[in-house]
Amino acid sequence: MSTDIQNLKSFDPFAEAEDAGAEVKVGNQQNYIHIRIQQRNGRKTLTTVQGLPKKFDQKKILKVIKKQFACNGTVVADTEMGEVIQLQGDQRKDVQDFLTNKKDGLGLDVKSIKVHGF
Amino acid sequence: MTEQEAAERKPRKSVAFSEGTTIVDSDGQVTESKETNGGKPSAESHSTVPLADKHTSNVELTCEVTGDDKDVEEVTEMFADLAKKKKKKSSKKKEGEEGEDAAEGDFAALKKKKKSSKKKVEDDFEAKLAAAGGDAAEEEAPAAEEEEVQEGDMMKGTGIWSHENTTPIKYDMLLNRFFTLLHSQHPDLAGNSVKSYKIPPPQCLREGNKKTIFANIAEICKRMKRTDEHVTQFLFAELGTSGSVDGSRRLVIKGRFQQKQIENVLRRYIVEYVSCKTCRSPDTDLSKGENRLSFVTCNSCGSRRSVQAIKTGFSAQIGKRRRMIKT
Repeated sequence: MSTDIQNLKSFDPFAEAEDAGAEVKVGNQQNYIHIRIQQRNGRKTLTTVQGLPKKFDQKKILKVIKKQFACNGTVVADTEMGEVIQLQGDQRKDVQDFLTNKKDGLGLDVKSIKVHGF
Repeated sequence: MTEQEAAERKPRKSVAFSEGTTIVDSDGQVTESKETNGGKPSAESHSTVPLADKHTSNVELTCEVTGDDKDVEEVTEMFADLAKKKKKKSSKKKEGEEGEDAAEGDFAALKKKKKSSKKKVEDDFEAKLAAAGGDAAEEEAPAAEEEEVQEGDMMKGTGIWSHENTTPIKYDMLLNRFFTLLHSQHPDLAGNSVKSYKIPPPQCLREGNKKTIFANIAEICKRMKRTDEHVTQFLFAELGTSGSVDGSRRLVIKGRFQQKQIENVLRRYIVEYVSCKTCRSPDTDLSKGENRLSFVTCNSCGSRRSVQAIKTGFSAQIGKRRRMIKT
């Protein structure tokens, strides 16, 4: 009996809960993956993908995306937003498809993606 | 067309049902249907073909099915009406969508789709209502082995609708009554009178080569009861650009944007910050609550929901890198 309780105590529920809560909050806030578009000069545009989950390697994703969409791009390290993938041209639809594609994409939830822009 | 068709098909159907009455209820469906079909398939299929010539394609389809496969026949016939209805509905819906596509330029068509579909459902329902008296009596009653036809004036409370009557009333009929009463008592609740939310279309002018002037932003904001700043902030965040307000309160946006694009963004703004999620009313107020949260309060239903603050997010460096931002 007492051992059981001690075992439970070793778990320290409060600290754990706090940590978990903080994580969840952060997750909720940055849960969305934002796909944005920016206009450049002329007809040129720029697509940014912000908030990809940490478990993915952005460089590898970028490599695949560059090949697949035939565009150039970089990973920009922003101080606030973390790493942001930046692509040339209007790739919003492509990126969205790629992120949600289960077979040869990342298989993310559609609801977690927000596409901005016009 | 369909009315006539129904009138013509009904007797045949009722005959089929009167002989194979227990088809729905009994689980020995196949055997029974085969028994009943033994004598008359050819006659039936023949009778359907000339009928089918006259009818629209979907009706033809059901007729063909009934003529082709006898095992499926009963089932399809049971659902023939249903299928027809569905098809009708879908086609109508398509029409509605096309209509909306046509009215895409009309910015007022914000929630049109949902409303129209609802309307269609009701229209369908009413069409069904008209036919329901005979339909339900002829098809449903024999199928369920009920000896008497459910009749009576629901408004006067006679027949099955009388107070003492204890016979279970068909769901269709009850639904029927509900909508009739709703229409007569509360026509505004029936959904037909939901006004579409109209705001004037944004006027976009081009200033020079690289700037767009959003001329009537003040008017639109007044209409939506939102501050110019909020809308402007949202526009800039969504379009990923910047701009300014000129002397006559017009918004100057950097970059080239067409009216349609602005419309899209405004539509998103309305969905997110104006329309009430509960009752879809656009009559709402945006207020800043405690600890930096914004709330949208609905004036018609009183619901209150929190909305996210507008965040610009990451914006890439565009143009010349004159000075490094990093210190």
